[in-house]
Amino acid sequence: MSSIFEYNGSALVAMVGKNCFAIASDRRLGVQLQTIATDFQRIFKIHHKLFIALSGLATDAQTLYQRLVFRHKLYQLREERDMKPETFASLVSALLYEKRFGPYFCQPVIAGLGDEDKPFICTMDAIGAKELAKDFVVAGTASESLYGACESMFKPDMEPEELFETISQALLASVDRDCLSGWGGHVYVVTPTEVKERILKGRMD
Amino acid sequence: MENNQRLKLKVYTSLSFPLSSLPRQTPISSPFSHFSPVQYKRVPLGFAKMASSVVDLPPKGGFSFDLCRRNEMLEKKGLKSPTFLKTGTTIVGLVFQDGVILGADTRATEGPIVADKNCEKIHYMAPNIYCCGAGTAADTEAVTDMVSSQLQLHRYHTGRESRVVTALTFLKKHLFNYQGHVSAALVLGGVDITGPHLHTIYPHGSTDTLPFATMGSGSLAAMSVFESKYKESLSRDEGIKIVVEAICAGIFNDLGSGSNVDVCVITKGHKEYLRNHLLPNPRTYVNPKGFTFPKKTEVLLTKITPLKEKVEVIEGDAMEE
Repeated sequence: MSSIFEYNGSALVAMVGKNCFAIASDRRLGVQLQTIATDFQRIFKIHHKLFIALSGLATDAQTLYQRLVFRHKLYQLREERDMKPETFASLVSALLYEKRFGPYFCQPVIAGLGDEDKPFICTMDAIGAKELAKDFVVAGTASESLYGACESMFKPDMEPEELFETISQALLASVDRDCLSGWGGHVYVVTPTEVKERILKGRMD
Repeated sequence: MENNQRLKLKVYTSLSFPLSSLPRQTPISSPFSHFSPVQYKRVPLGFAKMASSVVDLPPKGGFSFDLCRRNEMLEKKGLKSPTFLKTGTTIVGLVFQDGVILGADTRATEGPIVADKNCEKIHYMAPNIYCCGAGTAADTEAVTDMVSSQLQLHRYHTGRESRVVTALTFLKKHLFNYQGHVSAALVLGGVDITGPHLHTIYPHGSTDTLPFATMGSGSLAAMSVFESKYKESLSRDEGIKIVVEAICAGIFNDLGSGSNVDVCVITKGHKEYLRNHLLPNPRTYVNPKGFTFPKKTEVLLTKITPLKEKVEVIEGDAMEE
């Protein structure tokens, strides 16, 4: 039988553009090869300029999200400000590493706008080893195809609209080569002035 | 490596350290764990504990074994843990006439996939001490971060420069406590009041003190360079040259190591972190025109949320009368 990471299936990707970033996921929730839902949320908003997407086991993704919201609210109360993406990444890393010997089966992707709207993206493995990237990060069962698609399609300093097109094409091309993810996509493009959320049409097989 | 095989983790090494399987029922007891007596008590069903941990206040540190029981159950149900994990790294260090030089490659792998093409494997420990890490990425990162804070606190307490043996003791104590389950293989180097020091630390907590050292899956390739070229009282430039050559031997002859060469030179009262000192594998295959898409993707729904400026509270006489 398949691995625990591949139980529900997922595809996540985040990309950096010029003073903006995009984060995208597929919309499928399955139990192995059986599809359960086609409108599943894997990207979560922490605040207006900070998003986290959680790949892997869906139950752990939701638990982890709840714990992160809780910790972010405690931070807001104490500090009277939103968390910086770098700080938030360290928090997620600490939360995951705490469970080093009995991990959450989740691989997160974090994307946000930091100080002076500098884009920040990062991913981690299930026990919180941070991987900071300047261009793009991927996670989920379609990660191998996403690496290939992004490696060839990405170019630095894209404007929001071009970034949207690139991330969407990379995502849709990759999930079509992965049985466990797909059923359309969910894309957020975040600029200093607005958040644009789009639902993509994709193959339904 | 058995515990790594169960999970697809990011790693930096491959020399297989014999790791016995993880404890299933009994949590590892150590001075580092923070369990309160209540949590230690064995509950017939593990779920009661799991539910409470979600609403618990932020923990004060140490590992949590809440999910071990559930994960074991998932495994018993036939959900096999992810694919076999192959790993790789080349990290080296040598002593030269005025100090220590550390070197590392910059590849991080997840199974056979290159997860990061330019990661940092030379970690800061203290202003005069640095440490190269191989093994599970999260472990090397966490263990060096933890010890560097302990060293900082120790400096505040004593008001003196940290010694390399202090860092060595902190590291080996932690690793020995966890009996090799924290899989970090380290090369520790620094210059303190007693002179230059270079040590290797194995995941089980054993240590060596050497004039030149290599670790990780590329250690054999790197050691072949050191064994043929190392001599006592090398100059700075000769030292860097040999370190770079050793790392390159790892990069080109070991599949688990790759990309660039990072170097760190530590001398008395001075250090130089040469990030990406050499880039022997530049990307040449990229299309200079980039990639454009003639056809637009089909969008089913668009939602636009304009972001408002946050109100800034300016301290002063705003409340006057």
